Amino acid sequence: MNIIALVKQTPDTAQLSASMDGLKLSAEGGPRIVNPWDEYTLETAIQAREEHGGKVTALCLGPPEAADALKTALAMGVDEAVLVSDPAMADSDSLTSARILVAAIRKVGAFDLIVGGRAAIDGNTAATAVQVAALLGVPLVSYVAELRNLDPSDRTLSAVRLLEKARETVTSRLPALITVVKEINEPRYPSLIGIRKAARANIPIWGCKDLSLDAAAVGAGASGVEWRTELPPVREAHIEMIDGGPEDAARTLVDRLMEEKVI
Amino acid sequence: MASNLIVWIELVDGQADPIAWQAMAAAGKVAGDLGGSLTAVVFGDGVCEIARQAIEAGADRVYTADDPSLGRYRVEPYAKLLARILEHEPPSVVLMGASTAGLELSAYVAALAGAGLAPDCTDLHVEDGRLAAVRPALVGNLVSTVTFKGAGHQCVTVRRNIFQPEDPDPSRTGEIIEVPAALSEDEIPTTVASVETADGTVSLTEASIIVSGGRGVGGPEGFKPVRELADALGGALGASRAAVDAGWIPYAHQVGQTGKTVQPDLYIACGISGAIQHLAGMKNARVIVAINKDADVPLYRYAHYGIAGDLFSYLPAIVEEVKKRLGR
Repeated sequence: MNIIALVKQTPDTAQLSASMDGLKLSAEGGPRIVNPWDEYTLETAIQAREEHGGKVTALCLGPPEAADALKTALAMGVDEAVLVSDPAMADSDSLTSARILVAAIRKVGAFDLIVGGRAAIDGNTAATAVQVAALLGVPLVSYVAELRNLDPSDRTLSAVRLLEKARETVTSRLPALITVVKEINEPRYPSLIGIRKAARANIPIWGCKDLSLDAAAVGAGASGVEWRTELPPVREAHIEMIDGGPEDAARTLVDRLMEEKVI
Repeated sequence: MASNLIVWIELVDGQADPIAWQAMAAAGKVAGDLGGSLTAVVFGDGVCEIARQAIEAGADRVYTADDPSLGRYRVEPYAKLLARILEHEPPSVVLMGASTAGLELSAYVAALAGAGLAPDCTDLHVEDGRLAAVRPALVGNLVSTVTFKGAGHQCVTVRRNIFQPEDPDPSRTGEIIEVPAALSEDEIPTTVASVETADGTVSLTEASIIVSGGRGVGGPEGFKPVRELADALGGALGASRAAVDAGWIPYAHQVGQTGKTVQPDLYIACGISGAIQHLAGMKNARVIVAINKDADVPLYRYAHYGIAGDLFSYLPAIVEEVKKRLGR
């Protein structure tokens, strides 16, 4: 099977602290990780290859330092990794990012399965992978919590989708694009051998020229939305600690909640 | 330039999901400033009554598509049909709820229509005659204000439980336009084989009250008093990542960065310290109560009420008090 894993590098939200707010964390040079949802993406793709053979190619759109996310992907066990990166691509919105990724996917070649995560924790649009499926015109199976049957010979897959109010079992034709949620697996840790191999790996970088994309067709200028970002309003601590033993505290708490009209 | 609003009415099991009327309310909030009309779209199998409800909720026009292939939401047939309707509409703001389906459908439609997208918004307003959408980013540690460029359609989804619908007005009238499905069943690449709904439990993202347990509950059996309080309050049961990763409770209950984002009126956190990843999913709850044996946890910075004590002593007492006071 030819499998493509879509991976993003995101700020490491575990590093947020009193001295590291959201703007500092997002600024250039801030601490970065593989998007937490994409750990499941990578594990799903690698497991599919382990079961069915073939090759996993990880694609990551981002600045040059996003190559680190691909090193992690290689260390976990993907076969190939490509960084899609060009200064002209900066600040692309989700649809423009999807168009760039589609160009990269076409350059990778024929595929049976594309795997993405439910969302990336920075933009949290949950849109790019969906839009890649729409632009490619391949079936989309989103929010996958369980891949029951992936059958490359029959060209079908069956999956359980985790929706807000239901679990839905669907079947789809292949090739398809799936997005995964955390329940699907437990991502492996990179092995030592994997880490050593990844450190030596030469990760190709594809820019606009390599993808035959006009620089004016990507980036902020080509995007349908623009955005300004600021810190959320500071929240003053305003806690009322409720003292006393269980019965007294329970009475006081229920009083407060009834005054607040939340129960 | 006037901009029309087009709202997708999401159905779940043939009935409008409450989030659909919240999306209508969001549309109503900006319709005046944008100066356009309000259109609803309803797809399903037997949607006549819903179309009527959409008019009572404020729609001037309703597009309906009634077909067995549309009986349950699937992205391809819904997105292609909505995109086809948009081809014949002047540049419009396409609004829907940021449910699992709405997030997916709006992104797909935006790709087909070449539209800008602002997902999971918590506020909408109009700046210089153009729509501006406010949305949290970086798991609640940034706020983005998204504005649209160009002259095309604009797709927006709104977070659940933010916009409050007004009472329906049965005297309103509107036009109903029937359209055929865009795809036949054999052109749809996916088939829904079975659906399992969690009967009798309150959906986490819709709940107005959530009681959650974390590492401090100590094990699967530790969720018993947490669940009892959720039941006594008619609320939903939540959990932190630590509790889910330990295998004490299924992932569907996880609140936070890699789980669900919730915005209930009341969030009671039991044995949860308040890691940034958990706060991301719940810090906008209207009232937050933290029960933790530690007297100093990060969650106290966000909580409105705190009880520093053993949850296994305090929770049963709170359950009793709730039952007594609410007569349940």
